[in-house]
Amino acid sequence: MSGDLKIELGRRYRFAASHRLHTPQLSEEENCRVFGKCNNPHGHGHNYIVEVSLSGEVDPATGMIANLADLDTFVEQQVLEELDHKSLNEDVAAFREKVPTTENLCIEIFRRLKHFPHAKLERIRIQETGNNSFEYAGEDQEGNRS
Amino acid sequence: MVLLTRKIEFSASHLYHNPNLSAEENRRIFGKCNNPHGHGHNYTLEVTVAGEPDPVTGMVLDLKELKEILEREVMQRMDHRHLNYEVPELAGQIPTCENIARIIWKLLEPKIKQGRLHRVRLYESPDLFADCYRNGANGAGKG
Repeated sequence: MSGDLKIELGRRYRFAASHRLHTPQLSEEENCRVFGKCNNPHGHGHNYIVEVSLSGEVDPATGMIANLADLDTFVEQQVLEELDHKSLNEDVAAFREKVPTTENLCIEIFRRLKHFPHAKLERIRIQETGNNSFEYAGEDQEGNRS
Repeated sequence: MVLLTRKIEFSASHLYHNPNLSAEENRRIFGKCNNPHGHGHNYTLEVTVAGEPDPVTGMVLDLKELKEILEREVMQRMDHRHLNYEVPELAGQIPTCENIARIIWKLLEPKIKQGRLHRVRLYESPDLFADCYRNGANGAGKG
């Protein structure tokens, strides 16, 4: 940060995955009514774009909030290796219980990246399609957004 | 309050090198961005101004005026230039997105007389960008 200015670094990553919106807490008819074609039994897929925003001091020696190579490696290990070309419902433990909406995906990816050691994670924004995007900025202990 | 954003694009070259570090450290930290003859990007700059629309003109500020400010302060300084050697405001700094965004903020803020500068977002590529805010006025979905 420079005095009273705040700098954030934004980086976009892409992965492709399939999902099906379905919850055992609702009947077949209700699932169909609530989730529409997203409830089709064999699922469907998206090319997701994940935007990661970080804040922190800009190191005068490097001009950087965080080294991109460190961030890329962390995101690759924590997110992309487990999610890219997978079924979110079948292959990702977090979605055994939760519906893999992109809202829940934002929360899951935030949880996976919030311990990045070199900068503060400000928010996750995911574009599910060119027309839909979702953001999550974490919560404090009272459950309020930080 | 209404936010107004204007986008411009410029092309420039740069390299990352800190003379206080050894050649090996420079290579390790900056990777191919340390190549000695530099490389270039098509930068996209989004400048967001916040304010109340003037009751007579309906404008936060005249876009023509913002366009002229961006032309004078950013395009003439940075477009088709080498950021390490030709932009005095960046002298002694590594010309990362973070530093360039901060310099652009400092160039623009005093020139914007109607409304106030809210955000500078500089894309180095579609997948990498930096945002500069006044502290406390930042972030999507945040106060």
